[in-house]
Amino acid sequence: MNQSFSIPAGDFSHAGQAASEIKRLLKQLNIPPKVIKRVVVALYEAEVNVVAHSFGGSISCTITPEHIDIVVSDCGPGISDIELAMSEGYSTASSEVREMGFGAGMGLPNIKNNSDSLDISSSEQGTSIHMRVNFKEHTP
Amino acid sequence: MKLKEVVEVINGRIICGDAFLDREVHLGFASDLMSEVLTLLDEDILLITGLSNIQSIRTAEMSDITQILFVRGKQPTKNMIDLANEHEMVIMTTPYSMFRASYLLHESGLKPVY
Ligand SMILES: Nc1ncnc2c1ncn2[C@@H]1O[C@H](COP(=O)(O)OP(=O)(O)OP(=O)(O)O)[C@@H](O)[C@H]1O
Ligand SMILES: [Mg+2]
Repeated sequence: MNQSFSIPAGDFSHAGQAASEIKRLLKQLNIPPKVIKRVVVALYEAEVNVVAHSFGGSISCTITPEHIDIVVSDCGPGISDIELAMSEGYSTASSEVREMGFGAGMGLPNIKNNSDSLDISSSEQGTSIHMRVNFKEHTP
Repeated sequence: MKLKEVVEVINGRIICGDAFLDREVHLGFASDLMSEVLTLLDEDILLITGLSNIQSIRTAEMSDITQILFVRGKQPTKNMIDLANEHEMVIMTTPYSMFRASYLLHESGLKPVY
């Protein structure tokens, strides 16, 4: 099953709509709530990052019986130092973004903690985040 | 504690979710930073926040948190209330500050998440 969404830049009122839709879908598929939470937290953080830090982008989700694959891509300006961006507390969020309740520098670490595999590539042309969450329940 | 006790303790007002005031909550978490809320693994949480915008409701939705207290008299918008109703959330407001509300709720038995 495939599902795509586009994410306009700067539009905070819509951030979370993709995660919300995917949550509804996974519930219908009877995926365990703990697993759904991992998926939607990671997806929501990625969605907010596109709204907050990029020129806009899109999301594509592929659901199989075993897992969900999510690719979130945007059209720039890219992340120059991915390792630094991944560290807890690092943020370049603007004051507008902070007023919206973001900018703790916890988004990418949250994505990492909630996905079973994560691959980030980035250039000035854009950032692409590929995450996978397995449906088999996690033993932490 | 029950949500109807929460409202009393903080001299609050119920904005939506009247039907669920018998719901119990055991933990409290106070923050204006949504990614911090999104790190929480528990769901049995009252989210106490001064951030009254649609993202606070979305964050609760993604975290499976079903009760939010807005401090300093912050009023949610119609969009926020609609989204909260869709997810059977209870939204409350208090005129008190985050510190005062947290203190009073802790005194009444609400535990910190960590
Ligand atoms: N899609 C993106 N495009 C460009 N830069 C990004 C993107 N995603 C993240 N970044 C950069 O990485 C930094 C860290 O991102 P992260 O999501 O961890 O924190 P944040 O978005 O700043 O705050 P939080 O997610 O806690 O609200 C951002 O401040 C930004 O500089
Ligand atoms: Mg972020």
